[in-house]
Amino acid sequence: MNKLDTKFGDFGGMYVPELLIPALDQLEQAFLDAKDDPGFQEEFMSLLKDYAGRPTAMTLSRNLVSNPKVKLYLKREDLLHGGAHKTNQVLGQALLTKRMGKKEVIAETGAGQHGVATALACALLGLKARIYMGAKDVERQAPNVFRMRLMGAEVIPVDSGSGTLKDAVNEAMRDWSATYDKAHYLLGTAAGPHPFPTIVREYHRMIGEETRAQIMEKEGRLPDAVVACVGGGSNAIGMFADFIDEPDVRLIGVEPAGKGVHTKEHGATICTGTKGILHGAFTFIMQDHDGQIEESYSVSAGLDYPAVGPQHAYLHDIGRAEYFAVTDTEALNAFQLLARKEGIIPALESSHALAHALNMAEEAEEETIIVVNLSGRGDKDLAHVTKILGDKL
Amino acid sequence: MEQTRSQSAKFDGSARYSKMFSRLNEVEQGAFVPFVMLGDPEPETSFEIIKALIEGGADALELGIPYSDPIADGPTIQKASIRALKSKVRPGDCFEIISKVRAEFPDIPIGLLLYSNLVLAKGVDEFYLSASKAGVDSILIADVPLREADRFINIAKAHNIQQILIAPPNASDETLSAIGDKSAGYTYLLGRAGVTGAETAADVPAKALIDKLQQYQVAPPLLGFGISTPEQVKTAIQSGAAGAISGSATVNIIEKHLDDKPAMLSALKAFVQSMKAATQK
Repeated sequence: MNKLDTKFGDFGGMYVPELLIPALDQLEQAFLDAKDDPGFQEEFMSLLKDYAGRPTAMTLSRNLVSNPKVKLYLKREDLLHGGAHKTNQVLGQALLTKRMGKKEVIAETGAGQHGVATALACALLGLKARIYMGAKDVERQAPNVFRMRLMGAEVIPVDSGSGTLKDAVNEAMRDWSATYDKAHYLLGTAAGPHPFPTIVREYHRMIGEETRAQIMEKEGRLPDAVVACVGGGSNAIGMFADFIDEPDVRLIGVEPAGKGVHTKEHGATICTGTKGILHGAFTFIMQDHDGQIEESYSVSAGLDYPAVGPQHAYLHDIGRAEYFAVTDTEALNAFQLLARKEGIIPALESSHALAHALNMAEEAEEETIIVVNLSGRGDKDLAHVTKILGDKL
Repeated sequence: MEQTRSQSAKFDGSARYSKMFSRLNEVEQGAFVPFVMLGDPEPETSFEIIKALIEGGADALELGIPYSDPIADGPTIQKASIRALKSKVRPGDCFEIISKVRAEFPDIPIGLLLYSNLVLAKGVDEFYLSASKAGVDSILIADVPLREADRFINIAKAHNIQQILIAPPNASDETLSAIGDKSAGYTYLLGRAGVTGAETAADVPAKALIDKLQQYQVAPPLLGFGISTPEQVKTAIQSGAAGAISGSATVNIIEKHLDDKPAMLSALKAFVQSMKAATQK
């Protein structure tokens, strides 16, 4: 039986084939042992500091907000090695892999950011990585495929199903069910079966902890709200975790509304979704009346996932966190605005969080401090955005 | 003797499985159970396929409901799902096929094998009710391990359906003991790790595992995953399994003859005959 809670209220759980239960139990045990092992913690902290570049800066925006009552801070995960927050938890899980005596790593990736983070950690720690990526994504994200291969990872295109992220997850789980003895499945977000949502949260929680320390130093008080984008929800849960017990801090998750939540082309699972099971967890998912999983859509590949981490489903359910949806167009506007006003090119994912925070800033009537988790940088999105905006710049 | 007593204490549902195992015991045979996807390639042919399996000598049926994200299935059964979904087959259509089969074959045990989200989408209670009305004897949910199974087992009982549990080769004693307490109908014994598919053959189940299954008094074990030849059926039964399930090998025959239905049906029948012949002890 499990040593940690496998559920968040009704959400989460371990809805996987019986065959994978021993591997998930082994992972839970390794995670717990590592938590109490000063040697493990020291190595993890040292990698985060000396290799990845933690703590990341927190920047007060200078020109972005016109409302004088509002201070908008950016938590700069875009400055982390690898270009996004993803490096944090990948380093943690890669260390766990070694701890379990496994030498191979399986991962899934959509846009390629988690794949790149996995590839770099495996290169550094001497692990062999194979990364499943939807065949369509392999074509669309050629530079990231090259990055992964450059760092020694094997990239396996997935043709089954729709050839996107959810199918890459399916294929990774299929691989793992045959190879769990020697391979670790390094899941890339705070979703999936227990213990992944808990491990991924704990290995990203320094985002919120640093934010707390930095805002206390700069402002002498906690922020009124922290805002983060939510696809699977890893950067958001990393930002939220340290503030969940601070009722005065609003926790705000921003989902991709794509072409509008009333169209079929979006990925706003909490805002519009119904409950169901996908990839091992009971959570909000996109599905038809029969329970067949529907394709999600977003301009930002990192938010394009038809489910969400179960702890977000729970935080929504109990009313502790609030979830909103931002369209492609709003996100693209915020993307350009941050570049022009602050000289920072954000990831399209993070641009969703920023777009919502800018709306909040405009509407604020009292003194308000907002921290946006700028989860990644936008270099990876340049080709895509050029295609969309063309010469309109 | 003791085993018999324990088995009879288990929830017996429609009793079709227990009757089947008694009948087979008398003639010293194991069970052969083919799996196909309901609605593959479309409902009408699917019904004829199932009839061919029964005519070929199938002792019981294991039937899938097509799903968009079948994580426990290899390429063969994934493709069967896709074919059925392309034919716009919905769970309701699957229950209709089962009802037709049940009307013609009142005694054959029928098992459903599917994924949890299809059950949840309809409402667990409603789903089991529909299954029961259609004449289903057992339900196996591929992504519901023992740890999440209680809720399903309780609802299954309320609708006179037996919840099938999986015994994987890597199961702990704790898991096997719980399967002993909760299993009904039969136990799906995994022949190997991985996903469904005839590409990788099943391993002969370790004597130690079969002994343990008996020790924990689990419902009769049928060996599945990677069973595609009569020799494997024979070996499975010799090593103590109550029978064998063959999915991908059966579905491969459908895939191979998609353009020629008569050839497909006669090949399926011949396949089942050859597999069934290997069940004689």
